[in-house]
Amino acid sequence: MRNVAIIMRRELGSYFATPIAYIFIVIFLALASWFTFYLGGFYERGQADLNPFFSFHPWLYLFLIPAISMRLWAEERKSGSIELLMTQPVTLWQAVVGKFLAAWIFAGIALALTFPLWITVNYLGSPDNGAIFAAYVGSFLLAAGFLAVGSFMSALTRNQVVAFILGVVGCFILLLAGYPMVIDAFHSWLPQALVDAIASLSFLTHFDSIEKGVLDVRDLVYFAMLIGYFLIATAVVLDVRKAE
Amino acid sequence: MIKSEHLCKRYESLTAVDDVSFEVRPGEVLGFLGPNGAGKTTTMRMLAGFIVPTSGKASICGHDVEQDALAAKSSLGYLPEGAPAYGEMTVRRFLEFVADLRGLTGARRARLGYVIDRLQLEEVLEQTVDTLSKGFRRRVGLAQAIMHDPPVLLLDEPTDGLDPNQKHEVRALINEMARDKIIVISTHILEEVDAVCNRVIIVARGRIVADDSPQGLAAQSRYHNAVSIRLERPEHLAAMQAAVAALPSVAEVEVSGRESRLTALPRSGSAILPAVSELAARQGIALKELHLESGRLDEVFRTITA
Repeated sequence: MRNVAIIMRRELGSYFATPIAYIFIVIFLALASWFTFYLGGFYERGQADLNPFFSFHPWLYLFLIPAISMRLWAEERKSGSIELLMTQPVTLWQAVVGKFLAAWIFAGIALALTFPLWITVNYLGSPDNGAIFAAYVGSFLLAAGFLAVGSFMSALTRNQVVAFILGVVGCFILLLAGYPMVIDAFHSWLPQALVDAIASLSFLTHFDSIEKGVLDVRDLVYFAMLIGYFLIATAVVLDVRKAE
Repeated sequence: MIKSEHLCKRYESLTAVDDVSFEVRPGEVLGFLGPNGAGKTTTMRMLAGFIVPTSGKASICGHDVEQDALAAKSSLGYLPEGAPAYGEMTVRRFLEFVADLRGLTGARRARLGYVIDRLQLEEVLEQTVDTLSKGFRRRVGLAQAIMHDPPVLLLDEPTDGLDPNQKHEVRALINEMARDKIIVISTHILEEVDAVCNRVIIVARGRIVADDSPQGLAAQSRYHNAVSIRLERPEHLAAMQAAVAALPSVAEVEVSGRESRLTALPRSGSAILPAVSELAARQGIALKELHLESGRLDEVFRTITA
């Protein structure tokens, strides 16, 4: 646990050691607000809730989260620092989890900085703050899911740009697994049970229910398993390819 | 103790390391030599637990590098090839990070200050690693390797990219640590062997081709016990060459006209120094220089690895 914390602190520090962190946060906040007010019609709806804000998060994360995760392992391999890290007395899982947590905390900081929206909606009306809290938790979990996929993609390559593109594609597929365009493509020739299984893999179906303020254990389990699966896959890939 | 038993590393079409076995005991400074691509770095990486051997096993201080990896890594200080570090971190933050991972807390934390001092890193502590010169980068890598005062050090090309003064400093540091540690240095700089090593292993194409002391290795040279002389007057060169070549114990004479230098190689086992110096005196040829060679490592290296 100590080593996880040490690695996490270092990784988090390195986000803020470069302009990446600040650029990311500014872009995230700007896009999140823009989506909320223009595409989401925050004022026009005349409702005191943050649905227009949260409903765009999956699409925002699709491009922004791989930008956080792309460097996780690709950069370590490119600079050779992975050799330094893995010859310290740490285990592979400590490194994988530590780095993932750093990225997750960083995403959490960006998400937390959207609090003025929450203040605004409370000033304008009396929203269901429990539902808003649940939606924040859901968004935070969604970010973790995307990051776990991104971490895996980053472990596959030494090139950060490739890691970014793979991350976007990987997240896109998982995101859309629940959308009609994917589901319809399977409807005609797959049994309903399998179609449901594919749909149940989707980020969106699980995020939708949390976003509406329903924290269902099944959705939490889904995210936990997805994150666990992709982190294990990250470790497996690294174990095989770390020296290449 | 470092123990390597039949280590092999195979990639699809290439055998990088082929049945490498050796042991290194405390007090030994082992020079791990070989041409580029001979398998030095691959062997080091297997000993350091970074890559897994295809077959065979290795242990550091009795800890198997695969089964008991954390204990093996704890006993080990490792400078990877090229001294990688986190470029965006300052030297101070980076060394603190390593000290944290090495569990240097409480009184043992003083070691951090000692290491910074010993490698003269004070002036660059607040600089990021990316902005360091090659020499400082290497020293940061060395600082990281000796941070926890490990009983075993694996240094992959520790003086690569250093200027002569820095090389001297690093060698002094290695010599100082050599008394109570096991040190393995991979290098292709042969002068390093004379400067710090008391044992040499030469690898070529993944196999060990020589394992000896530097003196023992030098004794395999054609130049072992050769006599090298420089003449006061270059015009005597031809006459002297003929006279020396006529000596019964001399096998061959090499001449370098530019330096008016003449090197006489003995027949095996003969001592030719008295005969050569006597000859010069008898013929009245003034010598600028006369010395006995112990053998040339570079020549042995080329013969063995070619």
